[in-house]
Amino acid sequence: MEAVIDVAVEWVFVCKTDDIPQNGGGCVKVGDEQIALYNFSRRGEWYATQNLCPHKQQMVLSRGMIGSTGDTCEPKVACPFHKKTFSLLSGECLTGEEYQLKTYPVKVEGDKVYVGIE
Amino acid sequence: MNTSQQDLKTVVVVGNGMVGYKFCEKLLAKTSAFNIVVFGEEPRHAYDRVHLSEYFNGKSADDLSMSHLGWYSENNIALHLGDTITEINRSEKVIHSLKGVLQPYDYLVLATGSSAFVPDIPGVEKDGVFVYRTIEDLDMIQNYARAARKGAVLGGGLLGLEAAKALIDLGLEETHVIEFAPRLMPRQIDSAGSAMLQAKLETLDLKVHMNKSTSSILGEGNIKGLQFADDTSLEVDMLVISAGIRPRDELAKLAGLETGTRGGIVVNQKMQTSDDSIFAIGECALYDGMIYGLVAPGYEMAEVVAAHLCAGERTFNGYDMSTKLKLIGVDVASFGDPFVTEPDSRSIVFEDSHKGVYKRINISNDGKYLLGGVLIGDADAYNILLQTVNNNILLPPNPEDLILGSRGGEASAGAGVVTLPDEALICSCEAVSKGDICGAVTDLNVTTVEGMKKCNKAGTGCGGCVPLVKDLIHETLKANGTYIKNIVCEHFDYSRQELFDLMKLNKIKTYDAALDHFGKGDGCELCKPTVASILASLWNDVIVKQHTIQDSNDRYLANIQKGGTYSVVPRIPGGEITPDKLIVIGQVAKKYNLYTKITGGQRIDLFGAHLSDLPDIWSELIDAGFESGHAYGKALRTVKSCVGSTWCRFGLHDSVSFAIEIEERYRGIRAPHKIKGGVSGCVRECAEAQSKDFGVIATEKGWNLYVAGNGGSKPQHGQLLATDIDKETCIKYLDRFLMFYINTADSLTRTATWLNKMEGGLSYLKNVVVNDSLGINAQLEAEMQGLVDSYHCEWKEAVENPDLRKQFAHFVNAPKEKDPHVAFDTMREQVKAKEW
Ligand SMILES: Cc1cc2nc3c(=O)[nH]c(=O)nc-3n(C[C@H](O)[C@H](O)[C@H](O)COP(=O)(O)OP(=O)(O)OC[C@H]3O[C@@H](n4cnc5c(N)ncnc54)[C@H](O)[C@@H]3O)c2cc1C
Ligand code: SF4
Ligand code: SF4
Ligand code: FES
Repeated sequence: MEAVIDVAVEWVFVCKTDDIPQNGGGCVKVGDEQIALYNFSRRGEWYATQNLCPHKQQMVLSRGMIGSTGDTCEPKVACPFHKKTFSLLSGECLTGEEYQLKTYPVKVEGDKVYVGIE
Repeated sequence: MNTSQQDLKTVVVVGNGMVGYKFCEKLLAKTSAFNIVVFGEEPRHAYDRVHLSEYFNGKSADDLSMSHLGWYSENNIALHLGDTITEINRSEKVIHSLKGVLQPYDYLVLATGSSAFVPDIPGVEKDGVFVYRTIEDLDMIQNYARAARKGAVLGGGLLGLEAAKALIDLGLEETHVIEFAPRLMPRQIDSAGSAMLQAKLETLDLKVHMNKSTSSILGEGNIKGLQFADDTSLEVDMLVISAGIRPRDELAKLAGLETGTRGGIVVNQKMQTSDDSIFAIGECALYDGMIYGLVAPGYEMAEVVAAHLCAGERTFNGYDMSTKLKLIGVDVASFGDPFVTEPDSRSIVFEDSHKGVYKRINISNDGKYLLGGVLIGDADAYNILLQTVNNNILLPPNPEDLILGSRGGEASAGAGVVTLPDEALICSCEAVSKGDICGAVTDLNVTTVEGMKKCNKAGTGCGGCVPLVKDLIHETLKANGTYIKNIVCEHFDYSRQELFDLMKLNKIKTYDAALDHFGKGDGCELCKPTVASILASLWNDVIVKQHTIQDSNDRYLANIQKGGTYSVVPRIPGGEITPDKLIVIGQVAKKYNLYTKITGGQRIDLFGAHLSDLPDIWSELIDAGFESGHAYGKALRTVKSCVGSTWCRFGLHDSVSFAIEIEERYRGIRAPHKIKGGVSGCVRECAEAQSKDFGVIATEKGWNLYVAGNGGSKPQHGQLLATDIDKETCIKYLDRFLMFYINTADSLTRTATWLNKMEGGLSYLKNVVVNDSLGINAQLEAEMQGLVDSYHCEWKEAVENPDLRKQFAHFVNAPKEKDPHVAFDTMREQVKAKEW
């Protein structure tokens, strides 16, 4: 699994910090890819996942509500359609189904937000 | 596998119905020491016949399946579908199938079920005459019904009434039920109960004919009508025969096994037929002179045979035939012995012909035990009454409390479960006892019904025991010292009402402040909208200012639809609209390529708007004088009106003007759930006001006010709160009623459910709202006036404020671009969302 670390990540500038609402998400376009970007300001953290909800193939995750669950306060997003929830850390579906989201690393420098693309 | 297939004994199951399937499941749970082979005559693997009618309500054959098809091979079961067994050669222990398979067996289990009994009436072979037993029957009925107008069901028993409901649902103009006996459901309920049921069914447009013997079926190739023995006749285009069941014992008979004179394969306590390597279970088995036409006893029989094959000791000892079902929206239940009368017992009868409730309980002469009873119209107490009979529980000193009214009905049922003995069988389908359930709570930490289903399958069969399972979990948790209430979610340890009061007292104005003061963690999709709704109800601030805590629809002030586009609903108060405004709607729809549809609430819904188009669409609508319709919010939707005295020849007062006045008064107000209203100009009730959260109906002397009605999935008529009041009083009561609801209901609870759960029900509400029993009316009115005065059109603010407007872009980094993923199809010259 060494290779994972070696994979070069290209940091793409996507938007300014205040383009994404506090404790909410927005969708950014990188090439043809739609990426949901979350500004978890309550925790001072940023996350990014695919924008497509795997349940019914809807491009909406950036419009979902974010929050946390469990003792470890796992950060999560809930799809607006049927409220299936997904971990923002691992992309795993937290509501008991076998869905998996792609996640992306996020980097903030000053007021600029970058998403890491492999 | 250590043992080879050859060493294993072979169990062959004939019939892949509910019981045959359950037998396989139960045997596998005990052992893998058998080679199992199953033959089923139907083309599909076992499905849930009990819920067959749901096939008409959109469930597919797959949804109804008892298991996925792969289940059989995963468990090494050889499954032969669409193949009928035609012969049993008992001396060689081999069976023959229609397709020519010869299958040897060590043990044979007959689970052939039953077929619909078709009486020998001349003409039964005509087209348009059906039975109601398999998915194929339902397909045929559905096809034929498309061209039919009038239908009848022969037989007013349990299944007949269910079939009648199906015909109504299929959209037949007229549906008749023909019953030979002098009462409906003759096997389950008494004549007074039948009369009440009949009255209820007739209000639902079902025509019931009792004491009718059908002498022939009229028509040439197709059925045209029914001829009765009393020389009357009835014109119908289709007929469903539901005159009872006939056990499928033909195979057994042919093999020389003992069968009953009126059908059924005779079995002993171990479900053995007269050949001790052949068993019969389910609806084909005749035990002690009786056929058991329900699924629970069939499952018990399956358990007996499975245990026996594993050298267990279980025996079948008859079975309780109590039933509860919802017939055409009417609860009907019978339990224990519904028919015993004096001098063997005493009966207590409660009858409310206005509400259509009839309850009878039969009590032993010494008043100590419950023997049985009948419940029509309200069967909430069924589970606990059944348990009281089955476990010989001593009755309280005033047994009438068991059936009287809604007053504390739930509370007493809850308290009742505590007194049940541990052996009490709670889930009869899966044989789970009270002890099993309480044990799972205490030892395995199971705290939800879902968890219980996974743990021991309780509640997974017919589902009838679910309320009882819930009560037991609740009571056990309480007994173990866990305090439970309907808390908002894992982040707030308060009920909505508690949180509402806390936020009000502490003047909390933002979500974050609420979380910091009263919660923990970072919130979630449950508490965010709840708090958002409370904030809106308390302070009526612009909700888009805290848009990320709003539910998906509130966040973008529009309803998200399939495909990720939104729908737009401008307010059209009372359903009244000028031609000019209609034209604007048409123009906007055309310009933005929107699908238009009239809603149930007398307004126009525009579908298929791109997120980024929403502000432009709304600017145009607002310029033409429209405002937000709040179709996206848990808020007042519409006040539907009939045309009333301005045009209608029956109209007593001007219902439209009153509806507009009310709609404009309460527009925009946020509540625990959506609110709908209606105003009708006379008792003919063309506005269907009684199915709304509040309904106003004109009378000679003023207006009648109904509250807490509901359409939707649980229709319920509103209850009369006040009669013959003037407009001002009506508004005053409405202010108080709505504000009381907003202050005290749980999230996502409609007014009907809120009132149903309220202790004391309508009389309590009346006391609060009309008689000011809590002394809060002045305050409620002031709060409501505050909300009314601070009304604003959210869309107007959103459109005029550039920061808010910016939120309506699909791509943050390409605000002008639309989501390329959105796609439409065309249908009847308009767009429609692509199927997902
Ligand atoms: C519309 C409807 C509603 C109902 N509602 C309820 C309810 O609310 N509650 C309740 O408890 N019960 C209800 N029932 C009854 C319940 O469905 C039956 O009690 C249950 O299905 C019996 O199961 P079974 O396996 O004995 O028979 P079935 O489910 O009839 O299965 C028998 C199977 O054996 C097959 N078969 C027969 N002969 C052969 C052969 N020679 N070779 C191969 N295969 C053969 C048949 O084709 C059939 O598939 C309802 C029934 C119907 C039709
Ligand atoms: S409810 Fe009465 S007043 Fe209103 S349209 Fe119907 S008949 Fe006319
Ligand atoms: S009934 Fe309501 S929720 Fe169901 S499909 Fe129709 S609009 Fe959608
Ligand atoms: S589309 Fe996301 S949960 Fe259904």
